[in-house]
Amino acid sequence: MSEPSDLDLLYTDVEDDLRAVVRRLLAQRCDPHAVAALYDGDRSPVAPLWHGLATELGLAGLIVSEDRGGAGATAREAAVVLEELGRAVAPVPFLTSSVIAATTLLDTDSTLVRSLAAGETVVALTLPWSTAPFDDLPSIAVDRGLLTGTMTSVAGAVEADVLLVPVATDEGVALYAVSSEEVQVTPIVSLDMTRQLADVCFSGVAGELMLLDAETAVRRGLEAGCALLASEQLGIAQWCLEATVAYVKDRRQFGRAVGGFQALKHRLADVYTGVESAAAAARYAAASLAAKSDDLSVACGVAQSYCSDQAVAAAEEAVQLHGGIGMTWEHPAHLYLKRAKADQLALGGPGAHRRQLADLVGISAS
Amino acid sequence: MSPVVTRPRHRSSAADDRPTDLAELCRRAADFLDDHDGQDSATFLRARFDAGLAWVGYPEGCGGWGLPLAWQSEVDRIFEEAGSPSNRPEVNDIGLGMAAPTILTFGTDEQKRRFLRPLWTGEEIWCQLFSEPGAGSDLANVSTRASRDGDEWRVTGQKVWTSRAHNAQFAILLARTDADVPKHQGMTYFLCDMTDPGIDVRPLRQITGEAEFNEVFLTDVRIPDSRRLGAVGDGWKIATATLANERVHIGGQGAARETGMIGVVAATWRRCPDRRAPDLHDRLMELWVDAEVSRLSGMRLQQKSTHGRPGPEGAAMKLSFARTNQRLTGLELEILGEDGLRYSDWTLVRPEEVELTGRDAGYRYLRAKGNSIEGGTSEVLRNIISERVLGLPSEPRVDKVSPWKELAK
Ligand SMILES: Cc1cc2nc3c(=O)[nH]c(=O)nc-3n(C[C@H](O)[C@H](O)[C@H](O)COP(=O)(O)OP(=O)(O)OC[C@H]3O[C@@H](n4cnc5c(N)ncnc54)[C@H](O)[C@@H]3O)c2cc1C
Repeated sequence: MSEPSDLDLLYTDVEDDLRAVVRRLLAQRCDPHAVAALYDGDRSPVAPLWHGLATELGLAGLIVSEDRGGAGATAREAAVVLEELGRAVAPVPFLTSSVIAATTLLDTDSTLVRSLAAGETVVALTLPWSTAPFDDLPSIAVDRGLLTGTMTSVAGAVEADVLLVPVATDEGVALYAVSSEEVQVTPIVSLDMTRQLADVCFSGVAGELMLLDAETAVRRGLEAGCALLASEQLGIAQWCLEATVAYVKDRRQFGRAVGGFQALKHRLADVYTGVESAAAAARYAAASLAAKSDDLSVACGVAQSYCSDQAVAAAEEAVQLHGGIGMTWEHPAHLYLKRAKADQLALGGPGAHRRQLADLVGISAS
Repeated sequence: MSPVVTRPRHRSSAADDRPTDLAELCRRAADFLDDHDGQDSATFLRARFDAGLAWVGYPEGCGGWGLPLAWQSEVDRIFEEAGSPSNRPEVNDIGLGMAAPTILTFGTDEQKRRFLRPLWTGEEIWCQLFSEPGAGSDLANVSTRASRDGDEWRVTGQKVWTSRAHNAQFAILLARTDADVPKHQGMTYFLCDMTDPGIDVRPLRQITGEAEFNEVFLTDVRIPDSRRLGAVGDGWKIATATLANERVHIGGQGAARETGMIGVVAATWRRCPDRRAPDLHDRLMELWVDAEVSRLSGMRLQQKSTHGRPGPEGAAMKLSFARTNQRLTGLELEILGEDGLRYSDWTLVRPEEVELTGRDAGYRYLRAKGNSIEGGTSEVLRNIISERVLGLPSEPRVDKVSPWKELAK
C-alpha cells in the first residue's frame, strides 16, 4: 500500500491570483443565460470564451513545460482553474484538452503539444467519457495504417481539431492522431450540454502514429482527468452552496426568511461540511498529481468517490431549497445539477472508484 | 382515484340498486359492457358515470355508489380489459385527484351536477391556481384579489407554477377576499373558467426543457358567485383539504408490485447485465424494498381512508414517494453509465400529459426533482407530520394574528 504524503492542501498566493484572473474573465464572458442557450444549440459563446482562457490568459498549456511551449505550471494551478470553470459551468475543453490530452501527449515527443499549449489546436482523447483510468480500454481497429471503427460518447470531440485515438495492435494499445476533419464527429444530445459529447466514426482514415506502446500514457491522461475533475466538482458544489445560502437569506415565507428555519439551516450546514471535505479531497488529489506522489492512485480514488457524490448532493439540495424556482430553466441551478450528475458518470463514477480503491488499500470484497 | 367517501345520506328507492358486494359490482360492470359498445367515447363515459361505475366510492348521482374504495381497481380492471374508452386520467390528474374530491365535499348539489361528470369523463380538464410568486410554502399569503361586484366576483392577480393551465377549461382558485383579517381567514375558494378573456397563460420552461407549468395572469376575471366553493372566508380550510387529497394522489399510486419508478429502474437493471456491480445492486434492492413498502403503505392508507377523509398520513406517503423516486432515478443514471450521459431532447414543448416514468432516464431524474416541491415541499410535509401528527410545538409564528394587509411583504 502507498503511504499518504504531507502535501500543502491550501492555496498559494500565485494560485489565488490565478483564480482572480480566471474568475474575472468568466464573469465577463460566461453569462449563465448564454450557457443555458447551449441546450438549444447555440454554441456561439464557446469560441470567444475559450479564446480568452486559452490564448489571452495562456491557460491552454498551463501544465505543459516551458521548453515545450507551455506555462510550466502544475496540476495545482490547473485545479484552481477547474474550480472556477465548475463554478461558472463553463463550456470549454480545458479538462479534455489541456489536462487529459496534454498529459497523454507529454509522454510522446510529438510537436502537437506545442500547438496545444499555444491554444492553436484543441485535442481530445477519443474514449467514452465514462471510461475509468483502470478500465479495459476500448480501441479502434487499424489495418495497414487505416483506422476503422466508432467511439461513442467522447468528451471534447465537438471542440477538437485533433483526436488522439487508442488503437488496438498486436503489441497492445498504440496512440494515433487524426485531424477531426477526416472523421465523422456526430454531436449527441447530452445530459450536460456544457460538455457536449459526440460519437466519433473512423471509416478507413490514415492516422499519424504518436506512440506505439501507449497504454500507460492513456491511463496517465485519464488519471490526471480524475484527479482534477474533482476540483471542477468542488467548484460546482461551492457555487450551489453559495447561491442557495444567498437565496434562503432573501426568500421570505411565513413572514420571515426561510433560511431562518432550522430545518434549512441544518441542511445547508451539511452541504457546507460536504463542500469543505470535498475541498480537502480535491486538493490532495491535485497536489498528489503535481508532486507525482506514489499515493496518486489512492488520492484519485478518494477524490472521485467523494467529490462526485458531493457535487450531486449540493446541486440537488440547491434545486430543492430554491423551491419552484429551482425547477425552472430561467434559474441557473439546473445547469449545475446537469453538470454535477454528468460529472458523476464521467471517468468511472464513484462506485467503480471505490471498488478500485478497495484493492489499493487492501480491503477486498471477499 | 380520490379516497374521499361520503356515504349516501338517505336511502332512496334507487339505493336498492346499490351493489352489496364486489361480485355484484363486477357483474354490474360486465352487464354495462354488454349494453354499451363504446363506439362514441364521450357517450360511453357519460353512461358509465351515470351507472355509478366511474368512481365507485363517490355517492349515488356523483358517479358512484358509496362503495369501498378498494373495489375501484377491480372495476377499472374490468373496463380496461374490455378495451373500453378511457377517461385518460393522465391528462386530468389535478381534476380527478384534487378538484373532484373538493367539489364533492364542499360543493353545492348544483356544482356537483355541473362539474363532476364532465370532469370525470375528461371533457373538462382542470388546473390548480393556488401558488403565487409570494405564496408557495406559505400558501395562505396569496395576494390575488377577488372583489364582490353584484352577483359576480372580479379577480386580479398572478399565479405561478400552474401545471396544465394551457389546456385546462377550469381551475380551482384560491383568492383573497378580505385583507383586513388575519391571512388564513381572508381567503375564498372559486371554480374559475379558464376561457375567461381576463386570463393570460404564459409557459414557464422547466429543468427538463419542456414547459409543463405556466404563469397565469388574471386581470379583472369575472366569476359568478354561484361558482364560489364554500363560504366566503373558508378558502383556507378548503384548500387544505385539496392539498391533503393532492398528497394522497401523488403519493399513493399503483396497486401492483413494481408499479411506477421501481418498475422502470428494475427493467433497466434486467436489461443491462453488463452494467451490474455489487454496490449498484445493493442500492437497487434497498430501493426495491422501499418501493414495496410504499406500495403496502398506500394500500393501508387507502383502507384507512375508506372511513373518512385523508389525514396528515398522506404527507408521509408523499414524502417517501418523492424520496424513493429521486433516489431511484439518480441510481438509474449510474446504472446506465455511458448511456446515462445522453438525453432525448431539450426542445421546448408544452406536453399534454406528464409521465413521471416516461421518456428517458435523464428526463426521469430531472422531473423527479419536482416531486419534493409540487403539492407541498418535503420540508413543509415534515413540519405537518411533526406538528399535526406528532404534536410537537410549532415554530414561533409572526404572521398569524395581524391583518394580512399589515404583514411585511
Ligand atoms: C413541477 C411542479 C408543478 C407544480 N404545479 C403546481 C400547480 O399546478 N398549481 C399550483 O398552484 N402550484 C404548483 N406548484 C407549486 C408548488 O406548490 C410550490 O412550488 C411549492 O409549494 C413551494 O413553493 P415555492 O416554490 O414558493 O418555494 P418556497 O416556499 O419559497 O420554498 C423555498 C424553500 O424553503 C423551504 N421552506 C419553506 N418554508 C419552510 C418551513 N416553514 N420550514 C422549512 N422549510 C421551509 C421549502 O421547502 C423550499 O425548500 C408546482 C411546483 C412544481 C415544482
